[in-house]
Amino acid sequence: MIREQSARAIRLSSLPMVCVAAVVARQSAWADAAQGSPSIFAPASTPASSILGLSLFVLSITGGIFFTVGGLLAWAIIRYRARRDDDGSEPAQIYGSTQVELAWTVIPILIVVVLFLTTARIIFAIQDAPKPPAALDVTVVGHQFWWEFRYPKLGIVTANELHVPVSSTNDPKPTYLHLLSSDVDHSFWVPQLAGKTDLIPNHPNDTWIDPLHTGVYLGQCAQFCGVEHAKMLLRVYVDTPEQFAAWVNKQKQPGVQDASVAAGRHVFETQACTNCHRITGTAATGTFGPDLTHLASRATIASGAALNTPENLRSWINAPDHFKPGALMPAMQLNDEQVDQLVAYLTTLH
Amino acid sequence: MADQTLPMSGSLDVTPRERSRAVLLEWLHGWVVTVDHKRLGILYVVYSIFFLLVAGAEALAIRIQLAWPNQHFLSPQVYNRMFTMHGTTMVFLVGMPILFGFANYLVPLMIGARDMAFPRLNAFSFWLTAFGGLLLYYSFVGGFGLYGMGSAPDVGWWAYAPLTAKAFSPGHATDYWALALIVSGFGTLGTAINVIATTLSMRCRGMSLLRMPLFVWLMLVVSALTLVTITPLTAAQIMLVIDRYLGGHFFDTQAGGSAVVWMHFFWIFGHPEVYVLVMPAFGIASEVIPVFSRKAIFGYPAMVAASVGIAFVSLGVWAHHMFTVGMTSVGNAFFVLSTMLVGIPTGIKIFNWVATIWGGKIRFATPMLFCIGFLFQFLIAGLTGIMLSVAPWNWQLHNSYFVIAHFHYVLVGAIVFNIFAAIYYWYPKVTGRMLSETLGKWHFWLFLIGFHITFDTMHFVGFLGMPRSIYTFEPDRGWNHLNLIISLGGMIQGIAVLIFAWNLVHSYFRGKVAGNDPWDAWTLEWATPSPPPVYNFAIDPEVHSRRPLWDLKHPEDPDWKYEA
Repeated sequence: MIREQSARAIRLSSLPMVCVAAVVARQSAWADAAQGSPSIFAPASTPASSILGLSLFVLSITGGIFFTVGGLLAWAIIRYRARRDDDGSEPAQIYGSTQVELAWTVIPILIVVVLFLTTARIIFAIQDAPKPPAALDVTVVGHQFWWEFRYPKLGIVTANELHVPVSSTNDPKPTYLHLLSSDVDHSFWVPQLAGKTDLIPNHPNDTWIDPLHTGVYLGQCAQFCGVEHAKMLLRVYVDTPEQFAAWVNKQKQPGVQDASVAAGRHVFETQACTNCHRITGTAATGTFGPDLTHLASRATIASGAALNTPENLRSWINAPDHFKPGALMPAMQLNDEQVDQLVAYLTTLH
Repeated sequence: MADQTLPMSGSLDVTPRERSRAVLLEWLHGWVVTVDHKRLGILYVVYSIFFLLVAGAEALAIRIQLAWPNQHFLSPQVYNRMFTMHGTTMVFLVGMPILFGFANYLVPLMIGARDMAFPRLNAFSFWLTAFGGLLLYYSFVGGFGLYGMGSAPDVGWWAYAPLTAKAFSPGHATDYWALALIVSGFGTLGTAINVIATTLSMRCRGMSLLRMPLFVWLMLVVSALTLVTITPLTAAQIMLVIDRYLGGHFFDTQAGGSAVVWMHFFWIFGHPEVYVLVMPAFGIASEVIPVFSRKAIFGYPAMVAASVGIAFVSLGVWAHHMFTVGMTSVGNAFFVLSTMLVGIPTGIKIFNWVATIWGGKIRFATPMLFCIGFLFQFLIAGLTGIMLSVAPWNWQLHNSYFVIAHFHYVLVGAIVFNIFAAIYYWYPKVTGRMLSETLGKWHFWLFLIGFHITFDTMHFVGFLGMPRSIYTFEPDRGWNHLNLIISLGGMIQGIAVLIFAWNLVHSYFRGKVAGNDPWDAWTLEWATPSPPPVYNFAIDPEVHSRRPLWDLKHPEDPDWKYEA
């Protein structure tokens, strides 16, 4: 039902707006060329595409108003400029006209009625969409300055990189996100998948996505949340059903126990790391920082601020301020040997 | 534009005052203790222009930092302070005081009064506002109190809870912010009461409410709106201070407080505040456009009704800043409709301005150029406002650079353009000298070009997913070139403003002598000498129409024959 409605909204909008469509098409091509630009004109999920349909409709109406009123204004300014050979007399004084005032009051009212009804339909279609039983549940917890993802039915906890299965019109598999915050306000925004919804302490919110194409979608926190708000980045991996099942399977395992890096694990377990981080199967049970049980399965560290390479891990442990000045992780003050051992351990946590 | 001394009854024919021979201290003392509405108006405007330069410099620092990805020009902490101070300064120390400064100077002159209703309250209000500004900027020195020096508020000008709680914002920077707004808020309330009392009780003979110049009407509406909207802001700041110092839990989410309540308090102030700022700008346009089109304003009663209508509707739209905080679908739909309704009276205003120009003989002096820029930019700002009112699209655009573009189109494209128009238009009245038209045209064109390079581009980077309030951005998101362009536009605007500042100073000493009525205008202030003497009018003037000077200049075809 939802999809039908949005499709209709898109059809509705496609009629009167040749020039707008041209601008948008150029925009999208540009966005594609700019590798992975999270453009709202390249939707990959139902909420984002219904919004795009609605926005093109609104853009065509407002564009029409702009060209009409702007055109009249420009014409009046050019036509009624004082000429060089002006005789200095005053033009005819016109004080107003009730009929004209009435006309330009009624026409905007009609436009508002149309815009409001179209908007209301999409609000209800997105916000009140019934949740199908096959939907995946994820609880998103915003932290200064990283994302925690919990899959309550699957028993998985991970951070900063959300994995969801691809959905399709025949076999809908939407993901419903329950949004919480552990400290200040944040906002979950992946433009290609859905509009943003805020994460507010004491005020749980919900939103949903149903990505129709596999791939990585970029986003970031969209509500100012403190010093490192800019580096509270977000990645959503849309997997095929098989990839997703494999990922789930792996994430359910406890942390890898590799005897060759036992020294590193010892460092981890005997330092302050355990106060904030958790690695299942070890003594580390902290919850202030990201869960590191499967750290090596993630492409980035520091909430997307750096790629997950051994060099970057080293540098992050030694001085988090190098990537994220103001991040809440302290510099760990370990000696070189300890850091080597620790990094070697962390890179085994697949 | 003949310089004519009009036989207006009540206008004082005095030669311009001699430059004071008094010593500097005496001169300074005169300004400090003054209760003259014109001097206070000048103080307001000079104070605001000073802070315009300060907050403009902050904006340029922001744009240097964002010109390229992952820059280190400003640290994240300093960047966050810069955008907080830029926003707070521009709204509370530039926009509000400069517009109330114009009101102070012009309202009594335009309604034929000798001063404001409460001259001492007037002086008190100015000094409260001024000290509020000093308090805010003292936070750069005292923000961390005993812990160290060199801080400023860094929570955004909207200061969402619970980021403002002691746990997340230690030190005193946030306290300076809250206290500065409380203090300057009381100053604003005093001025608002004064303007209302003045317009309602001090009008000269014949000046019925429906003969007041539109600028005066708009200041009356704005002042009434100010009384309603500053109050919740002050209440919220007091609650915040109670939370921070007395262990209150209004916004303390760790103890059951509500972050959303702060948003409601802030935006029920914050949205009408936009109209408090933009409606005086409408008033300026409604004075300047008719004079330079050489026609009476089209549809005066409709303009008045639309202003009152905007004020009422604006009190019911605040939660369109909160479409993403998880209101119900019905709640969202309500605020979509109320927000779209604002478009109707606003549209009426634009149509009436176009109709005023229609059939006129337009003179492109600098004030009119700025007003023409305003008309186009305000049209666009209104339409992007409609886009943002569409809640689902707002879920994408909210807190993105599209929003930044939209409200700068309103605050700069509409309000600042009209403030410049007003300064070029009334500077001759205030100082007795014309601003240089050559420098004025350089100022206009550079500012216009810089404005469009910056703010047009911001819409697009917003479409591409760039959020606001970020001190840097990732190089792989396709935002690099656009940000560089935005920053270049910012620099051009900076140059334009410096030309303007130079023009203000240079013309004060070297400008062409203006005479009483350099623009051949129609409202009462132009019947007084430039600058007007203390107490403005020796005898109370009497008017018979909305354009008393038109009636004098055209006795064969006076306005009062046509006005209903």
